[in-house]
Amino acid sequence: MVMSVTSFGRSGVYDWMVQRVSAVVLAAYVLFILGYLVASPDLTYEAWKGLFSNACVRIFSLGALVSLGAHAWVGLWTISTDYLKNGVVRFLCQALCGAVMFVYFVWGIEILWGL
Amino acid sequence: MNSKRPVNLDLSKFSFPLPAITSIVHRVTGVALFVGVAILMWMLDLSLSGEEGFNQAKDIFQGFFARLILWGIVSALLYHLVAGIKHLLMDLGIGETLEGGRLGAQITLVVAAILVVLAGVWIWS
Repeated sequence: MVMSVTSFGRSGVYDWMVQRVSAVVLAAYVLFILGYLVASPDLTYEAWKGLFSNACVRIFSLGALVSLGAHAWVGLWTISTDYLKNGVVRFLCQALCGAVMFVYFVWGIEILWGL
Repeated sequence: MNSKRPVNLDLSKFSFPLPAITSIVHRVTGVALFVGVAILMWMLDLSLSGEEGFNQAKDIFQGFFARLILWGIVSALLYHLVAGIKHLLMDLGIGETLEGGRLGAQITLVVAAILVVLAGVWIWS
């Protein structure tokens, strides 16, 4: 079996599963947030703040944030290994993607739980 | 690996079947979303920072270019979502034939196009 050190789950089958499970979480979250926004045309700050103060919504958001990192990693890893043939360039690109994902994760937690 | 294998990478000479086009668009929208998430999180951060920030975020989306960018991100999101659902259905064994693949690609494009138009109406109304 061919193994790649940069593969998320160290195996294609595991990556495949991570991609799907995170996709379902993200789809549910996107539909939830979009549905909420479409249903509240006159959104106030109090309602918006209240939504993200709800513990369930915070946990859901955290789950979506974790899923985003995993989903984007598998996707960008797949794309970069397909198109970037130079090992150094590919590594730097993947490192940059990983760094951005880490920033998103920390930033997201800061938004959700405040200072 | 045999280095004398024939190579033809003149993409303009390829005839791409519809499923290939929906696949590459799925990838392009995925990369675009990875960048677009930064804008969405920035707006979320601003809108939750306080009453003032919330109104600031609202004002930003009164602007033409801000709405255009938002529409672009939402469109990429909707396309990626629809194409992703098609992937999950195919994982379940639905539409795995050659004909099924073509039909799936057509449905993906039509459904995504409808949603993108609806999103445009929503953002600009």
